[in-house]
Amino acid sequence: MAFKTPLFELHQALSGRMVDFAGWQMPIQYQSIVEEHLAVRTRVGAFDISHMGRIRLYGPEAQAHLARLVTCPVASMTAGQVKYGLVLNEQGGTQDDVLVYHLGDHWALVVNASNRIKIWSLLLSSLPETGVRLVDETLETAMVAIQGPQAIALCSAIANLDFSTMANYSAQTMTYLGSEILVSRTGYTGEDGMEWSVPFHLANALAKDLKAHEIPWCGLGCRDTLRLEAGMPLYGHELDEGIDPIQAGLGFAIRKPAEGFFGVEGLAHRMMNQTRRVRRGLLLVGKRIARQGDKVYQGGLEIGVVTSGTFGPSVGASLAMAMIDPSYVQSMEPMEIDVRGKREKATVTPLPFYKRIKG
Amino acid sequence: MSKRKYAPTHEWVEGKDGILVVGLSQFAVDQLTDVIYIDLPKVGVSVSAGQAVAEIESVKAVSDIYAPVEGEITEVNSVLATDASIVSRDPFGEGWLFKVKPSSDDPTSHLLTEVDYQAQIAGQAH
Repeated sequence: MAFKTPLFELHQALSGRMVDFAGWQMPIQYQSIVEEHLAVRTRVGAFDISHMGRIRLYGPEAQAHLARLVTCPVASMTAGQVKYGLVLNEQGGTQDDVLVYHLGDHWALVVNASNRIKIWSLLLSSLPETGVRLVDETLETAMVAIQGPQAIALCSAIANLDFSTMANYSAQTMTYLGSEILVSRTGYTGEDGMEWSVPFHLANALAKDLKAHEIPWCGLGCRDTLRLEAGMPLYGHELDEGIDPIQAGLGFAIRKPAEGFFGVEGLAHRMMNQTRRVRRGLLLVGKRIARQGDKVYQGGLEIGVVTSGTFGPSVGASLAMAMIDPSYVQSMEPMEIDVRGKREKATVTPLPFYKRIKG
Repeated sequence: MSKRKYAPTHEWVEGKDGILVVGLSQFAVDQLTDVIYIDLPKVGVSVSAGQAVAEIESVKAVSDIYAPVEGEITEVNSVLATDASIVSRDPFGEGWLFKVKPSSDDPTSHLLTEVDYQAQIAGQAH
């Protein structure tokens, strides 16, 4: 029994190829992953991301409760701000990567679908006796990402509001078809765009508005190629319980001084080990695609492992992210990736592979 | 030209002058979409029916291509090395994969007819 988003029937009607994703029936693609990818890069595309976990925290202790669990500077956030952060385990490994929303009188947390129950349990088990009320609204709401250079203009037209002055990584509530919804200038594609959380019963009305503005649906397949080109980590690939955010290159999401959050001692202990592998981008010379788990070699020595790989439609090359032994990351020598028994040449390249030109 | 027949693994076979042309079915390329790369077998190698002889890489996944019949590879469609997407655009024509000189007189007797193959994929469509 898999969860279905309120847009499930729509995805089926659009011939979306449905796959099980963290217990949810989600569209991997409608037509071509490459065409959906390029639509987002050049124009606009919409994603059903209702599988993401959406948790609200109310009450006078909500901020303190979040600050104990999440690594980003929760205490210094102002109303309307959104920040990327990590939830660590006791050893300093990563339990999840999340977005924290300061919504003025309360807070919201968006977590990965695969980690929703884990993070919910963590929030509950460490709940203070009074002062925090938790609501998991994942199953009562839908979340749609509208991404691409035309996203802000089209979202503004749908909302009849001007989002062009809205700050990146900010959120606000607005009234949409008579209900209060949460919108933010966030995304996971490397493009400008928004993410809208709407009550379950408004999801298909939003879909109609997207259609009226000729915004095509895009599947999770191109969401992956887009985030990979943009150098963004995906939990279960570049992040997991055995990888800490520093080695994954996410130190910017750890507050300074690093103190007072769950797992901070474990993280400090891990950081004494300077031989931890670090996340890097690899550009393959050939067209074959490296996949998660493929080993990386240099001069016959195994020096790393691929965490994600794909063909980057905007880069026009086979690319990968990998965890590499730190003593090799500065090396100018080409590396080799064992792709199903055959070695493919690759070079270390700075992330991201793709960066949009801000207009 | 003999009638087109299919392997359950979605390769098609068509005979001409004792040589069999092999390609991928429309269903297979529709399922793959976004073909990036095809690794073809070497000319001159002997293959057995059901042996993995090539691989096709799409954005989503990599899949093996199997020799539908036993014989020797006599030619490969080298154009695919520069533009693998031809397979998606024209799987029964310009997008053929390789040719096999079969080692027996009735090399395709174990393969599926068009009708049988269509019945098989009817149950697999998403």
